[in-house]
Amino acid sequence: MKAIVNVFLKEGVLDPQGKAAHHALESLGFKGVNDVRIGKQIVIDLDAKNKEEALQKVKEMSETLLANTVIEDYNIEIVE
Amino acid sequence: MKKRAVVLRFPGTNCEFDTEYALKKQGFDVEIIWHKEETLPECDLVVVPGGFSYGDYLRAGSIARFAPIMKAVESYANEGGYVLGICNGFQILTEAGLLPGALKRNNNLHFISKMQHIKVINNDNKFLSKCEVGEVLEVPVAHADGNYYIDDEGLEELKKNNQILVRYCDKDGYPMILNGSVEQIAGVCNKTKNVFGLMPHPERAIELILGSTDGVKMLEGFAS
Repeated sequence: MKAIVNVFLKEGVLDPQGKAAHHALESLGFKGVNDVRIGKQIVIDLDAKNKEEALQKVKEMSETLLANTVIEDYNIEIVE
Repeated sequence: MKKRAVVLRFPGTNCEFDTEYALKKQGFDVEIIWHKEETLPECDLVVVPGGFSYGDYLRAGSIARFAPIMKAVESYANEGGYVLGICNGFQILTEAGLLPGALKRNNNLHFISKMQHIKVINNDNKFLSKCEVGEVLEVPVAHADGNYYIDDEGLEELKKNNQILVRYCDKDGYPMILNGSVEQIAGVCNKTKNVFGLMPHPERAIELILGSTDGVKMLEGFAS
């Protein structure tokens, strides 16, 4: 089974990389860009009996290591 | 009897010898310990030095904090032992939850490497006991992820318990935005004031030839 974890800085925590990319897009002439957030995507191939078990495992991985919940939020997508 | 300090070393650590040298000058016996060790020798201080443990992969300090030796460091700290994290060491200690907050990428996205003034905010702790409150020190910084973040509630806690150690400032002590840190915080300690972390490198400011000797009076706190 495959799990995709997306990790982003929390709303309200300034994202300096997103801000720099936002400025760059504006100076390239792209109009109407309201906000840019840069995060990371972690793709995990794992053994699990079903989707629920996979989700449970990856949630624990995210809380323990993949995200620092002091500054980051994450979401998990299980792809079969 | 001579005081004993242990300096940790992870793959990617690069300040262990500077730290060893600086602590020896303060009269410490120093032992450098590999991260795969599971126990700490008897000591008066554990230093988690600077560098790029595990290449800063994922987040600075996030992988090192699970190294075998860190379990021993956690128990040592929980029993009241003194722990100092410098730069990457600070990042490792926040990742381990031994210090509050987190360190993000610098606001300007640059690796900032220069001499920097910092102001002593609290000295009612072992580390800064030889410094005066309000004193301006000059100590090098060298980091890409030194942008200290803590939420409002956490910040209030830090202030209430005198946990803010130093802030970035200009040469006259006025606040200076270096990397985007919340309220220019450059270093903090835990509630029980036995775990300390800071981004500046006191071990690199111990001889005139290095441009400053202000790091001496910081490290001296542990020697007394």
